[in-house]
Amino acid sequence: MAIEYSWAPPEEGRLYGGLRIDRIDGPDKAAGRAQYSYDRNLPAMLVAKLVASPHAHARITKIDTSAAEKIAGVRAIEIISPVGAEIQWVGTEIVAVAADTEEIAHDGVAAVNVEYEVLAHLVKEENLTKAGSRVSPETEKTDGNPDEAFQKADVVHEGYYGCATLAHCCLEPHGQVVDWDEDEIIVYASTQAIGAIGADLAKTLSADKTLGQNVSPSQVRVVTPVMGGGFGSKFSIDSWGIACAKLAKRTGRPVKLMLDRDQELMVAGARPSLYGNVKVAAQRDGTLTAYQAESWSTGGVAGRGTPPLPYLIEPPNRKTRHLVVSTNTGPARAWRAPNHPQAALLTMCAYDDLAAKLKMNPLEFFRKNLALTQRPEVYRTQLDKAAELMEWKAKWHPAGEDPRPGPVRRGIGVSIHTWGGRPHDSEVRVTIHPDGSVVAECGTQDVGTGTRTVLGVVVASSLGLPVSEVQVKIGDTMYPPSGASGGSTTVGGVASAARRAAKFALVKLKEEVAPSLGVTGEANPQIESRFARLAVKADLNRQMTWRQACNKLGARSISVIGRQPEPGGGKLADSGVGGVQMADVSVDTETGIITMNKMVAVQDCGLVINLKTAESQVYGALIMGISTALWEERVYDEASGKLLNADMEFYQLPGIGDVGELVVHVMTGVYDDRGVIGLGEPPVISPGPAISNAVFNAIGVRVPTLPLTPDKVLSALKVTKGGRA
Amino acid sequence: MNSKKAVEFQGGVEQHKEGLPRRTFLQGVGVGAGAVGLLRSEAKAAPLTGDGTQAVGPGPAPIILIVNGKTYKLELEPRVTLLDALRNSLDCTGAKKVCDRATCGSCTVILDGAPVYACTVLAIEAQGRDVQTIEGLSTPDKPHAVQKCFVEHDAQQCGFCTPGFVMACKAFLDKNRYPSPDQVQSELGGNICRCGTYAGVRQAVLDAARELS
Repeated sequence: MAIEYSWAPPEEGRLYGGLRIDRIDGPDKAAGRAQYSYDRNLPAMLVAKLVASPHAHARITKIDTSAAEKIAGVRAIEIISPVGAEIQWVGTEIVAVAADTEEIAHDGVAAVNVEYEVLAHLVKEENLTKAGSRVSPETEKTDGNPDEAFQKADVVHEGYYGCATLAHCCLEPHGQVVDWDEDEIIVYASTQAIGAIGADLAKTLSADKTLGQNVSPSQVRVVTPVMGGGFGSKFSIDSWGIACAKLAKRTGRPVKLMLDRDQELMVAGARPSLYGNVKVAAQRDGTLTAYQAESWSTGGVAGRGTPPLPYLIEPPNRKTRHLVVSTNTGPARAWRAPNHPQAALLTMCAYDDLAAKLKMNPLEFFRKNLALTQRPEVYRTQLDKAAELMEWKAKWHPAGEDPRPGPVRRGIGVSIHTWGGRPHDSEVRVTIHPDGSVVAECGTQDVGTGTRTVLGVVVASSLGLPVSEVQVKIGDTMYPPSGASGGSTTVGGVASAARRAAKFALVKLKEEVAPSLGVTGEANPQIESRFARLAVKADLNRQMTWRQACNKLGARSISVIGRQPEPGGGKLADSGVGGVQMADVSVDTETGIITMNKMVAVQDCGLVINLKTAESQVYGALIMGISTALWEERVYDEASGKLLNADMEFYQLPGIGDVGELVVHVMTGVYDDRGVIGLGEPPVISPGPAISNAVFNAIGVRVPTLPLTPDKVLSALKVTKGGRA
Repeated sequence: MNSKKAVEFQGGVEQHKEGLPRRTFLQGVGVGAGAVGLLRSEAKAAPLTGDGTQAVGPGPAPIILIVNGKTYKLELEPRVTLLDALRNSLDCTGAKKVCDRATCGSCTVILDGAPVYACTVLAIEAQGRDVQTIEGLSTPDKPHAVQKCFVEHDAQQCGFCTPGFVMACKAFLDKNRYPSPDQVQSELGGNICRCGTYAGVRQAVLDAARELS
């Protein structure tokens, strides 16, 4: 029996491929009914809080919990970092204290006495000469003959570019509630990976002899119906998850342990920095010939990784050397499109400066060099569309030559990006019940991207039903397994598996009702299911409602598990997308303040399942990208090693009035035949370079590093123009 | 940018005229006449200090809260914030704890008709006053116009900031039924969304205004 799983050709009444469908958990979220991990209040639950290291680098010499133990209402104390442990960043979790109330838990934390032998620290990496022995080579690579290419080039540009480390600053902090019953441990975790953290927890708990118990992964159930943001930082059970479980075991009571905001910013997620001296070369006509970068970054004490330089547009002659600086700062975690935004900055800004040196409009320069990308035609189309939406032709002027008078200078900039977004492994179970109800179950999680709605749309559309007729159950390891939500891999994984499950379940239903519809032979090709009716294609008068059809099942339900990947299941998802973004900014040359006027994003992501939530991903990425370009930076104090802005007053995120006009164009109908491709990462890559390039276009000088704060704008103007402002 | 936002939010809703910052308040209890008014009439068990000021705490004290029209008698330490009282004692978890220091707006509730950051109001300050939380705003069958428009314009992703944002929008529209797009941008600057849903929020608020007027 051959089943046509493919998304195309468009079926009449299909829901995916360009419709804007409301988020199915939207009403619960907007009403405050959606229950996050932080919102779980279980009977007799204790609250735990953490003792955090005040030092960036130190050895623990003493931990005295006796005073904390004496506080009425303190129920259990768990040491996370024992005496002798070397602390490598400020905020490191040392002790967890569980108490009857949050207030008492904080009292308990304050009463724990930890003594340290303070060690020398390094928390800043931009100035390599101060990093000494903490610098180590990571990668070195040469392609073609860069030295010769630079010698022969008509135009060469050299510049310094960079961006600071950022925090994820998830609004729901990391943490969980653990309810340890005799046979089952339920973890209500704020996580992007319900399928992974349970096994991690079981393994760690089994290794702890003081618990005297082996814990099988099958005993751990993770429940996460909704979660308040992760952005790549919530894949692990983390030390606080393990401590929370141990406290639950020792007290026999459920325990809630959520990080306080300062801890969230200090320890629970950082995006590595990237700085570099970049040299680029081109022929007189703008054809790029060479790229060279001496770059360095920090991802904390042990964070490593090489940014993909040059990014996306690869001249034939390339030389890159990357160094890693080990710093005593909160460790790196994946942050939307790991390494791409930083690499894009060190590439697109250098090209933009080179274009200016060539006296070329950067749009023409980028167009000219698209042959050096993987998908020139996609980018050409997108550059045209973005230019139209930005009114590039009317707005562009040579760098620093805004014809309007006055101290406020306006400019525009462009950047392009790519991402993979292949589907991760997933299973989805679709069950059709005799009463007509349909349930889709998947052990995935909705991190805010709209995964729950994607499942509803795919299953409903594949069965010929409205979305409201499908009950979607996710966020629980009781459901069929699915991958972690990271790297834009979720939508392809769950959509493909759901498609196969639903299509196969429908075939079974058709076979059940075939006799009643007078159909003999293979039922599937002869019967169609649309608008909640099943009908014989050759004679549409022979039909029945969806409910009547399901009634034919008697007492049995149809239950099918669909998988991604599935041999012979058709290719329903792909990887590799392109996007173009343009920024329009105003720069006050007297105050250094940058104002966002407008941003345009044109994005391809293959077949769109739900245009409404897809567009939301792009809007959100633009805003997050604007935030990283203009405000976000983890500011460490060189002397004390402390994070100075471990709060939301000074770790600045934009408000509704700070981001300007946003124009999003998600390409639909153009690349549908490629199947589904993830979208969470790609649109967050270009805002930094596009905005930096717009600022350069406005004021005629490069502000070398993000965030583009007023002080940097003013000093760039002063250095280059001799105090023109 | 943030300083502008903070000033506008405070100026727009005047929430700090009602409540003192937590630490100032604790220092003031029992020593300053200014604190008397804040205690209202409910802390009857409290002894009088030398100058006649009522003092409560540091242990649990009886506190009466009126939330969504219902009266609750609680025993809370005076340091407990309105947000923690709502979330931990009354299981009203719609208001979220995010920054815990009056920056992000995720804990926004409406106190005597004005939006406040519940993380920076003590429960004891809210005694006897009208506390409206998102739980009291609507029923599943009859969502408030703001909630309906948030869904329609997808003004939410992870949704953690959403209840606070909805309450701030509701309070904003109660004061201004015919807002301009500029007013939406300046007056709603006190709520931070990390997923980046502001484009949807802008449309949702304007749409809700049309629906309500």
